Amino acid sequence: MIARLTPWLLALGFYFAFAEQLALGTNVLVMILLTLSLDLCLGRAGILTLGQSAFFGMGAYVAGIVALRVTEDPLIGLAVATLASAALGALTGALILHTEGAALLMLTLALSALLEEFANHATAWTGGADGLQGMKLAPLLGTFRFDLFKHTAYLYSLAVLLVWFLVTQIVIVSPFGRSIDGIRQSPARMRAIGTPVWWRRLCVYTLSAAMAGSAGALSAQTTRFVGLTTLSVLVSGTAVVMLVLGGTRRRYGAFLGAAVYVLVQDYAAQINPFHWMLIVGILLMLTVLFLEGGLASLPEALLRVRRRESKR
Amino acid sequence: MSPPALSVRGLSKAFGALAVTRGVDLDLEPGARVGLIGPNGAGKTTLIHLLSGTLRADAGTIQLNGAAIERLRPEHRVRRGLARTHQINTLLPESNARDNVAVAIAERERLAWRAVWYRQRWAKCREEAQARLEAMDLGSDADRPVCELAYGQQRLLEIAIALALQPRVLLLDEPAAGVPSGEATVIHAALARLPSDMAILLIEHDMDLVFRFAREIVVLVQGSVLCRGTPEQTRADARVREAYLGTRA
Amino acid sequence: MTAWITTLLDGLAYGMVLFIISVGLTITMGLMRIVNLAHGAFAMIGGYVAAVSIDHGLSWALAALLGSAAAGIAGGIAEIFLYRPLYRKGELAQMLLTFGLVFVVTGLLTLAFGVDFQRIPLPPSLSGEVSLGFRSYPLYRLFLIAVGALLAAGLWLGIDRSLYGARLRAAVDNPAMARGIGMNVDRLFTATFVFGCALAGFGGVVGSELLLIEPAYALKHLVTFLVVVVVGGHASFKGSFAAALLIGSVETFGKFYLPSLAPYVSFLLVLVLLLWRPHGVLPAKSLS
Repeated sequence: MIARLTPWLLALGFYFAFAEQLALGTNVLVMILLTLSLDLCLGRAGILTLGQSAFFGMGAYVAGIVALRVTEDPLIGLAVATLASAALGALTGALILHTEGAALLMLTLALSALLEEFANHATAWTGGADGLQGMKLAPLLGTFRFDLFKHTAYLYSLAVLLVWFLVTQIVIVSPFGRSIDGIRQSPARMRAIGTPVWWRRLCVYTLSAAMAGSAGALSAQTTRFVGLTTLSVLVSGTAVVMLVLGGTRRRYGAFLGAAVYVLVQDYAAQINPFHWMLIVGILLMLTVLFLEGGLASLPEALLRVRRRESKR
Repeated sequence: MSPPALSVRGLSKAFGALAVTRGVDLDLEPGARVGLIGPNGAGKTTLIHLLSGTLRADAGTIQLNGAAIERLRPEHRVRRGLARTHQINTLLPESNARDNVAVAIAERERLAWRAVWYRQRWAKCREEAQARLEAMDLGSDADRPVCELAYGQQRLLEIAIALALQPRVLLLDEPAAGVPSGEATVIHAALARLPSDMAILLIEHDMDLVFRFAREIVVLVQGSVLCRGTPEQTRADARVREAYLGTRA
Repeated sequence: MTAWITTLLDGLAYGMVLFIISVGLTITMGLMRIVNLAHGAFAMIGGYVAAVSIDHGLSWALAALLGSAAAGIAGGIAEIFLYRPLYRKGELAQMLLTFGLVFVVTGLLTLAFGVDFQRIPLPPSLSGEVSLGFRSYPLYRLFLIAVGALLAAGLWLGIDRSLYGARLRAAVDNPAMARGIGMNVDRLFTATFVFGCALAGFGGVVGSELLLIEPAYALKHLVTFLVVVVVGGHASFKGSFAAALLIGSVETFGKFYLPSLAPYVSFLLVLVLLLWRPHGVLPAKSLS
């Protein structure tokens, strides 16, 4: 039980122990949410995608636009952004989910590239290359002001993460979650037992899009800025890296991967702004070549090695 | 008079210039035991794919209990009561035997789309899954992941899953294929225990099994039906011998 | 009218560059069936090596040769140590590894050269313009068109219709069987991969005017290269030839005549084509 609560205790501990680093901490939480969304789509449902950035960016821009033009209430912005991303997910998913493998991958890439181009040109709404700036946020629930030191932002993000985490946990252990896992293992087998594979995939894809949209909204609200980079393939790629690093289909794999990645990147960037790509690339390659289950499987891997050694 | 469980007329399929299935007619009454035999390349598995919906036919009709299904996707045909096993095991490799069956039962019971309020019904699915495994003598291995089961056990699991769907028509694609002769008798016994009201079409190369199991035999050669009749009639038919052996025996 | 023709030629030239670079990816992703997101990285390596060679006073031709060779060698090393362990591990693992490789190469090149573009000056024999009767047109672009056409013809004859191609396809379809009849599958794969990467390197060099050499190259053009291969139908040279020319022309015409719509046009084209034919617009007969 304690093991299950550890990440949350750590997160709270971080809040108190590293009060000057809360901006970094908030970024970690947002990235965890993004990675969690990818774990649902890629890790659990087996939908190969490099297009998660489309939903992250959508959520970010919608949250920003709502804050600038409609209302400064953060929860409304979050809700609208999440719904918008879910709608985008449902629409694009319906269009492309009959394909699989490399063709599906291409389509997800093409779609997010399309969206990025659109955002680049729709300057009236998105601010183009300059992005959306100067948004203000009303106090959360009327009382908690978003201060410069990110106290509210951190706990707000943590709360949203907790809610989505519980949602995914509920979904994963349910019959729905099992059938999704079955679709990942063998779509042919699932068809043979009467599963409407396309519909189930669409449901997961939409849910995953909603989560990524929430992450984007949090990113926009906690940094008060939305740029074109939120829509780039680099965001998708980073999410994949974080997921694989931490381990797919693990309860806290996304947490581990995102935390390690963001912290390593932050540290490496302080030494040299350009080194992080190299380090991340090496980490990713090593993980794929030697550590199939990601970092979360490291304890098991070490145990296996020790057992082999003791047998000699 | 009630319609046959499965009724096929003029089913045809070609891949480019190669006609694999040519105008096949077939009827399966409820409780039928029909064996489909033919030399290699006759198109037996293609026929199963056409019936189950994995492949879409170029022409012809398929009626399941009187309703046309030739335009339906595989998953919808299953919902109407048509199940199949595969020549090559198509199981969920990472799950255990019981879950493989339970997922099928959940699908049948329309439970599989649920994310809430399912506990009791899911527990019932698992109970039924366990019972079905026991009926196949797989009960003690219910918790083992599929990849650890012996090949013959996996074949039995394929059949168990198909049965769990409570189909009215069952298509068996070489259930004993690749099974070492020691384990094959278990499969033969399982086939003998199949529900008597279920219409079954069996493809097999094991002639012993087919002739013991089937009450009617359909011979498929180069995509079309050569002849059909009782096992004795088929055995005696010179054309069948010629099709298999290639000479006038 | 003349504007139309020059735009068409521009489109063809761009398409040819896309083809030259992407055809190597057709070989790796299509024929060898591995998900290879790092292809652009090898093109980039070719470009950088060529740029450095020219800086040291070598001729353009020699620089192009060195660039291709360097890309090929890099490909060979990568194949032996990185790709080979992953042949059986599935698409996801390959996608991840090659993505990581892109990051590593991009990072290394940024370290070594910084983020600016590298220029590869054209040789005097290929620069300047040529009279086409109604107007003059850059010689280099005609050169690109010619090279692309020759390459397409050579590949079609040399692989599609040859024993080498048949052996390669056999080895991909069933490596165990191929080994059983005495084929050295490992060497065949490595050689083919080297060839594909060398082609990419060559494309990177000759195409440096249109696709500028910079560390962000591999990521920037990732989608484009993949799209050419997938739209062209994974394993088809004719297909990727047609796809490259189509995409090149559409993008170039788009930029000229519909500048506000230009960026969308190519992606929309890709979407429409892939949705209509998920297996590629001209599926190769050799694909099983």
